[in-house]
Amino acid sequence: MLLGIVVTLISLWYGQNHGLLPVAASAEAILVDGLFNVMMTISCGLFLLVEGALIFSIIRFRRREGDDEDGVHLEGNIPLEIVWTAIPAVIVFGISIYSFDIYSEMGGLDLMNHNSTPTEAVKIAYAPDLENGDMPLLSDVGLGEPPSSAGQPALEVNVSGLQYAFIFTYPDSGIVDGELHIPSGQLVRLNLQAQDVLHAFWLPEFRVKQDMIPGQETRLVLEATREGTYPVVCAELCGPYHGGMRTQLIVHSPEEYDDWVQSKVAQGNTAETLANLPGSDRTDAQYLANFVEPLDLDIDADALAQLQAMPHAHMASHS
Amino acid sequence: MQGSTVDTAENMVSAAEHNGAASHHEEHPDHRMFGLLVFLAAESMIFLGLFIAYMSFRLISTEWPPAGTPELELLLPGINTIILISSSFVIHKADTDVKQDNVKGLRLWFAITAVMGAIFLAGQIYEYTHLEFGLTENIFASTFYVLTGFHGLHVFVGLLLMLAVLWRSRQAGHYSHENHFGVEAVELYWHFVDVIWIVLFAILYLW
Amino acid sequence: MTTSEVKPAAAPASEAILGNERKWTDYFTFSTDHKVIGIQYLVTAFVFYMIGGALATAMRTELATPAPDFVTPDVYNGLLTLHGTVMLFLWIVPAGAGLANYLIPLMIGARDMAFPRLNAIAFWLIPPSGILLISSFFFEPPTAGWTSYPPLSLNTGMLGEGIWILSILIGGTASILGGLNFLVTILKMRVPSMPLTKMPLFCWAMIATSLLILISTPVLAGALILLAFDLIAGTAFFNPTGGGNPVVYQHMFWFYSHPAVYIFVLPLFGAISEVIPVHARKPIFGYRAIAYSSLVISFLGLIVWAHHMFTSGTPPWLRMFFMITTMVIAVPTGIKVFGWLATLWGGKIAFTSAMLFALGFIATFLIGGISGVMLAAVPFDIHVHDTYFVVAHFHYVLFGGSVFGVYMAVYHWFPKMTGRMMNETWGRIHFALTFIGMNLTFMPMHELGLMGMNRRIALYDPQFTDLNVVATIGSYIMAVSTIPFIINAIWSWRYGQKAPANPWRALTLEWQTLSPPIIENFEELPVLQTGPYDYGLGYIPEKDPAELYSHAGEPAAAT
Repeated sequence: MLLGIVVTLISLWYGQNHGLLPVAASAEAILVDGLFNVMMTISCGLFLLVEGALIFSIIRFRRREGDDEDGVHLEGNIPLEIVWTAIPAVIVFGISIYSFDIYSEMGGLDLMNHNSTPTEAVKIAYAPDLENGDMPLLSDVGLGEPPSSAGQPALEVNVSGLQYAFIFTYPDSGIVDGELHIPSGQLVRLNLQAQDVLHAFWLPEFRVKQDMIPGQETRLVLEATREGTYPVVCAELCGPYHGGMRTQLIVHSPEEYDDWVQSKVAQGNTAETLANLPGSDRTDAQYLANFVEPLDLDIDADALAQLQAMPHAHMASHS
Repeated sequence: MQGSTVDTAENMVSAAEHNGAASHHEEHPDHRMFGLLVFLAAESMIFLGLFIAYMSFRLISTEWPPAGTPELELLLPGINTIILISSSFVIHKADTDVKQDNVKGLRLWFAITAVMGAIFLAGQIYEYTHLEFGLTENIFASTFYVLTGFHGLHVFVGLLLMLAVLWRSRQAGHYSHENHFGVEAVELYWHFVDVIWIVLFAILYLW
Repeated sequence: MTTSEVKPAAAPASEAILGNERKWTDYFTFSTDHKVIGIQYLVTAFVFYMIGGALATAMRTELATPAPDFVTPDVYNGLLTLHGTVMLFLWIVPAGAGLANYLIPLMIGARDMAFPRLNAIAFWLIPPSGILLISSFFFEPPTAGWTSYPPLSLNTGMLGEGIWILSILIGGTASILGGLNFLVTILKMRVPSMPLTKMPLFCWAMIATSLLILISTPVLAGALILLAFDLIAGTAFFNPTGGGNPVVYQHMFWFYSHPAVYIFVLPLFGAISEVIPVHARKPIFGYRAIAYSSLVISFLGLIVWAHHMFTSGTPPWLRMFFMITTMVIAVPTGIKVFGWLATLWGGKIAFTSAMLFALGFIATFLIGGISGVMLAAVPFDIHVHDTYFVVAHFHYVLFGGSVFGVYMAVYHWFPKMTGRMMNETWGRIHFALTFIGMNLTFMPMHELGLMGMNRRIALYDPQFTDLNVVATIGSYIMAVSTIPFIINAIWSWRYGQKAPANPWRALTLEWQTLSPPIIENFEELPVLQTGPYDYGLGYIPEKDPAELYSHAGEPAAAT
């Protein structure tokens, strides 16, 4: 009894204080963290219970020296077996329902709603005839608008993934950039597509991720709640420099965001941004050099020079 | 897998046939038919996977077949289908005969089945050479060739197995009402090839 | 421990007459004896395990620092692809098949497998498949990961990818032939006195495993055939540039590769159900529940595959369906774990090396199981998919489950296989090193993944350095931990103490014959006198081999 209380208390405490997740910077992140904390509490309790029973058995039921007898002949206990079938079943159904709830709050089910705006037909250079809006089974993948929000996302950004960078295009203002800038407290919709191979768009601090699939647009709708700079990470193996396919997400206050848009528009479309993206005439090493500084990578100049000297097959292969 | 499937099917049969000879000093019960059944169940899963892939491609695409694909001719494949289905009945006659120790009948019906199978394959090759699209034309063309080709490979293996049975049946007493695993196995395999074709024909040509 | 109490039955001088000694050269021949094939499988698998482990150690060395300095990112991707493929297709699957080959006929009282020749063919497909795959490392390794998702796999080099496909097709064929053989053998060749419900649980687990192999592996073959056409013939099944769809490949791939996880772990679930009752001297708790839960797992295992694709191109209804099925699979798995615990409870646990690994199995597999339930929850999975959290999860399942399980099985059945006892002290050292190294390597990965480290990367954000260094140290300990095992196994095989027929006083049939068993296993087919786990009823499991085989020749020094 006492043991049960102790286990429960430890689990409850650990479930809230595990410190295993990065800072939560979006509305979705808070929901997901709630789910994780609950699961962590249950897991912790289960872990302590089972490992405790295991260690107790090891100590209490060890074979004493010179004891050659068998243990008790006990083949089973039906009520007990029913109990330990039923309890996990109830737990997993509980977690399922809770997850379902969280998922719909995150806007996951919004995509099944036929009233939602049809996804724009993406025309991709190599598959101009393909209109995702007409694909009956695979359209609308990702996360949609949360049901609690009223109205449409204030901002829409097209995100394109390619080996090994993200390009963000703001259709409203015509800005093209290698970093994602969004205002806090507003719904932002990201239309994701990939140009060469599979990529995944992951915002660890936002707890959202969605694969970017060539030939099929996917999307994410999110709401930043905390200003700051966060990593944007590719989470689907996309080639040797997959680990370097990262950029930044900068969450501004709405006023700052407006200033940023103004300044960008004033600069004109930065040709420099695009030039920095991997193109057909650049080697891996030159590309990698871009990441040495931001990632604080410890690559010495010799190794880099050596890399530069090496011809790389993969650039030629994606024609 | 294609290459290895051929090997496998043959090895299965030949290994199993030898088993009888090198059997243990006590009665070794014969599980070869059951084994073959299990093997064919696994084999059908390859086809099932390919069929479902085909259906998925079809269901998620906006236009099927993709624009510019010529209509499939139905007459020749239709005749082919009838030939293949009837060959299943023909091969069953062989099975009935061998159970009555009529090896002559066995040889006759097996030969007829083999000829029908060969006609089917010839029809397939004729169709391939007269189609207006190639393997890489579009996704419909690719699935069409892969599905029919993989099935055709199985028909070809069936033909080889039949020829093997015919070859062995020259030896008097090789097949009898007691010992006819080879005949039964080939019959079962042939029915399997037949059933696969019916499904394939339905989803590829008729749907 | 237990062994010391049992008088080691001196080897009968009539070994030659009994014919239970194999020449070492027999293991390099196309033998159709299931015992030879079983050992061939196990040794081959272990060699590949060493290779896969070396690849993993190279990866961890690379990851000790954030920059790609030990190997180039290209090479790193080759390492990770080969590590995954070798460990899954050339280590765990053949190791499970090896145990099944060795044990099934002995456990059910058969003289051999149903199709001995087919069995040998299945084994001899493994070495070419493996050598082919490994050799690719020296010219052009496949670099698209063991999942080999197109379109990446289609443009990373045709040769390496082609070899990868061919190698897996060969290995898959071997696996299918093996599964077929196990199923027919178990269903058709039991001794007449053994109904299904008196069968050792290992056989139940192998029924479930074989069904999974037979149903799902061919679908992988189908996927790989299509992938090969894309790669070589230029079709566009999975290539969006030609109107194909890469997500269809993922469905087909995971339709095999999720059940594959159960193919990897179910045989060891079966093996641990054998080991625990013997070393705890107590009947297995809830025989039927454990037996049937294997079948439930194999059925549910077939309908959970899309949980690997929660962040891929899967519509919401699909995500919800697969979330629920995945959660439910925790229930039969839980039944097994609780059953093993209840078996230990009230037993008399002997801390043999086999038992230690069994305990380690439960302790670590539990962690993998718990994180598995977490991963099933779609909103959480969206965050951690393709991160080190997932890497930690499946290593707890596959290392904590399968690898601990294989070691456990080897320590338990080594006396039967070789006729010699293994050294227990070195076994315990091996266990301690493996257990510490394993937890040190994979535990930090949970946090890494949650904090934002994605998997399959050669270069990473420097903020993750500390935990990565810990994991790398752990991996070195794991690498070192295999040394005592190898020395112990080889030394014991040659010079170990002679093993009696039944050193652990077990009740299953494989212990009712000599160690190692004679060529056709049993002089006379055994008659079932007890259930497989009837401990505590006063059955005396020891049967003097001298008595067993007295008619075969003069026993040397038996009492």
